[in-house]
Amino acid sequence: MGTHTVLMPDVGEGIAEAEILEWPVQVGDKVREDDVLSIVMTDKAAVEVPSSVQGEVLWLAGEAGDTVAIGAPLIKLRVEGEGNASDVPPNSEPAISETPVGAAVSMPPASVTGARQQTSSPTSVAESQTVTESALAAPSTEKPLASPAVRKRALDTGVDLRQLQGTGPAGRIVHEDLDGYLAPAMNTGGGRTANTAVTTVKVIGMRRKIAQQMALAKARIPHITIIEEVDMTSLQELRCQLNEQHAAKRDKLSLLPFMMRAMVEAVREQPAMNAHYDDEAELIRQHGAVHIGIATQTPSGLAVPVVRHAESLNPWQAAAELSRLAGAARDGKAKREELQGSTITLSSLGALGAIATTPIINHPEVAIVAVNKIAIRPQWDGQQFQPRKMMNISCAFDHRVIDGWDAAVFVQRLKSLLETPALLFVES
Amino acid sequence: MTDIHCELLVIGAGPGGYVCAIRAAQLGVDTVVVEAESPGGSCLNVGCIPSKALIHAADEFHKLMHLNDSPLGIRSAAPTLDFTQTLAWKDGIVARLNSGVAGLLRAARARLLSGSARFVDGKTIRLSNAAGEQLIHAKKIVIATGAKPTELPSLPFGGDVISSTEALALSAVPSRLVVVGGGYIGLELGTAFAKLGSKLTVVESGDEILPLYDQALTQPVKERLLELGAEILTSTTAEAATPGALVVRSAGGETREIPADKILVAVGRTPRTEAVGLSELSLTMNGPCIDIDDHCQSSMRGVYAIGDVTGGPMLAHRAMAQGQMVAEIVAGMNRQWDKRCIPAVCFTDPEIVDCGLSPGAAELEGVDVVTGVFPLAANGRAMTTGTEAGFVRVLARADNHLVLGMQAVGAGVSELSAAFAIALEMGARLEDIAGTVHAHPTQSEALQEACLQALGQGLHL
Repeated sequence: MGTHTVLMPDVGEGIAEAEILEWPVQVGDKVREDDVLSIVMTDKAAVEVPSSVQGEVLWLAGEAGDTVAIGAPLIKLRVEGEGNASDVPPNSEPAISETPVGAAVSMPPASVTGARQQTSSPTSVAESQTVTESALAAPSTEKPLASPAVRKRALDTGVDLRQLQGTGPAGRIVHEDLDGYLAPAMNTGGGRTANTAVTTVKVIGMRRKIAQQMALAKARIPHITIIEEVDMTSLQELRCQLNEQHAAKRDKLSLLPFMMRAMVEAVREQPAMNAHYDDEAELIRQHGAVHIGIATQTPSGLAVPVVRHAESLNPWQAAAELSRLAGAARDGKAKREELQGSTITLSSLGALGAIATTPIINHPEVAIVAVNKIAIRPQWDGQQFQPRKMMNISCAFDHRVIDGWDAAVFVQRLKSLLETPALLFVES
Repeated sequence: MTDIHCELLVIGAGPGGYVCAIRAAQLGVDTVVVEAESPGGSCLNVGCIPSKALIHAADEFHKLMHLNDSPLGIRSAAPTLDFTQTLAWKDGIVARLNSGVAGLLRAARARLLSGSARFVDGKTIRLSNAAGEQLIHAKKIVIATGAKPTELPSLPFGGDVISSTEALALSAVPSRLVVVGGGYIGLELGTAFAKLGSKLTVVESGDEILPLYDQALTQPVKERLLELGAEILTSTTAEAATPGALVVRSAGGETREIPADKILVAVGRTPRTEAVGLSELSLTMNGPCIDIDDHCQSSMRGVYAIGDVTGGPMLAHRAMAQGQMVAEIVAGMNRQWDKRCIPAVCFTDPEIVDCGLSPGAAELEGVDVVTGVFPLAANGRAMTTGTEAGFVRVLARADNHLVLGMQAVGAGVSELSAAFAIALEMGARLEDIAGTVHAHPTQSEALQEACLQALGQGLHL
């Protein structure tokens, strides 16, 4: 039996460390080749670390939320054969390593098949084994501190007491801790009582990235927000017609492909809106390509998959790309490059869209367009009120590089494009 | 005979087996328990219960013998001992408990079958008894076959070389008794016979008697044995039995003959596995014991093992707790072994009780502890019963004062085991025990005082 060490893989260029997002395995679990050992986080992409060997988990580098340096040991497995010995302490005595060389030669050299790390030499493998083994004895398996009644109740209710933080003396887990843990599940709905429970949630992984990104954007960028109402009646009619006409052959179009089209048209006239502002270098990079970030809700939080080259897509292509990306983001399968590089962002809450929002710019972009919900509202046509399908758009701009005037022009341009949808398809 | 089918089959009706069967039957599991001897196992028939009866009788006799030396001012004529009557009284208690266990099993509707069991496969056993042979098919099987006294190759049992079982059924008090093995079984019985009038010699191969306990705990026992006229030979091995004597060899290599009417070999207990044909199941073993996980499951699915057959500590209350747990698992409950401590008691004179971490173990594990010791000589109740030897000791984590271990040595301290075990299982801190009002005048005050000592707040020392 040997120990096989899997190191934190280099998942993205120029990153010194990555965050452990999830451990699908626990110490003592048996894993097979290709089983996912760990999910780690870099920027916005969650990366699965598969096992290259079969074995038993001996040691994990930390808990979810901890960061581990690239190349540092991430997980250790007990494997048949000699394992790899990537974490051999360099201080192994050269005197000893001389002797077993002869024996080592006769060993099957293939026993490190698939190992990520290069095995230094078979001799140091044998030595490292004992070192690692003794080091592994360290993780304490101290039982959670709780009275027998609490332990029994935990077993009965299927609660792993190791998940709880005791509030009793010496950190003892008391009935109240268990109550608090179970509370959401068994709300008995009796009399109203004060709930003093405090649930502590570690901000890790995607949530941590979102928090950092939002704080950065809000702290650095002086936002100017403009809200304008748009009469969507014509566009909605066009959309319905198109959907009816192609009902059999093509996917249904939502509003978003039209919004994307409108943004492409609007930035054609105002390229300053489709830019990155590098405030440290004091440079604005205006992009020819319109890579539209689509703010998407996923089970683990906000993700912004990017529809690349929106200027080159027709509405159906845009719709297809949109649904593929949104699905990938929701399933956590979006690739790294699909989650970065947007030049302007579109945010839609759909039916939840409210009347107005104050969207936060996706740093280092300079503009974001949010659509609010469509509702039939009375509009004065000069003689009488007409029921029109009205929608607000809430747009925010980086006021450091975009003046209010230009922002207002951009919003008006979007409004007229959407209200006269034919303009969307006129090649200029 | 027709085959028997059941959900749960328990092999052995000792403390582990009968508790498991009762609990399972209570939970509606169709349960059969098989036992070759009287129900109750070693504990009830040839262990805890009869030995405690004998120890009590010996204590009473010895007290009367020495009444005239006592400072209490009571004077009496010399007592006489009718040992046959003593044994009959002891046997009466055992018989009462035998029928008690059988009655409990019956009341719970578990079927108790008499006979010896042998595995056919992991779901079937063959039961043999006077009526013939019968197959029992079970969905789950619990092995609770216990352990038996370990035999020394140089001193096979037979004639005057006896095990604890025979020692509890001697027709007369031997005038010279040699006990081979200075563990708790040998010392408990040896002390009893010494009090009944035997000239006692203890032969222990290690450097200390009661090697499982630290010297502070064993010192009062050693002193008392010497006071009773016993000779303790440590670092000495038993070589052979000759008619009327035991040949021993000291660490220095000198041999010596110790005159002996009976030689009690009490060097430990061996799991009983071969009689049930366990080798055919090829379960994973842990030395001579069946290897189990924290659900008492063996390496074969549906085959559980509890009690002495699974190794140490070989104590009845451990087996009972395991039996109860396995019954609940079989009944579909989510259970696992999560006990913090299994209290251990030596019914020597004075008694020793040990719960949780010992000072040696704490040092070994590198736990930073504070220790509090309170001698019974400073306890009012101990003075009034004339039993001042011994102390109560408590160990707690230095950082948060969580109690990790409690030990005591002294007359009657076995009853403190409840307080110790509850404190440990509940996760008490020193402050919890120190802040609990302990009744005065009782020995248990020493527990509170030991905690106060550990906190540096001792009142009565």
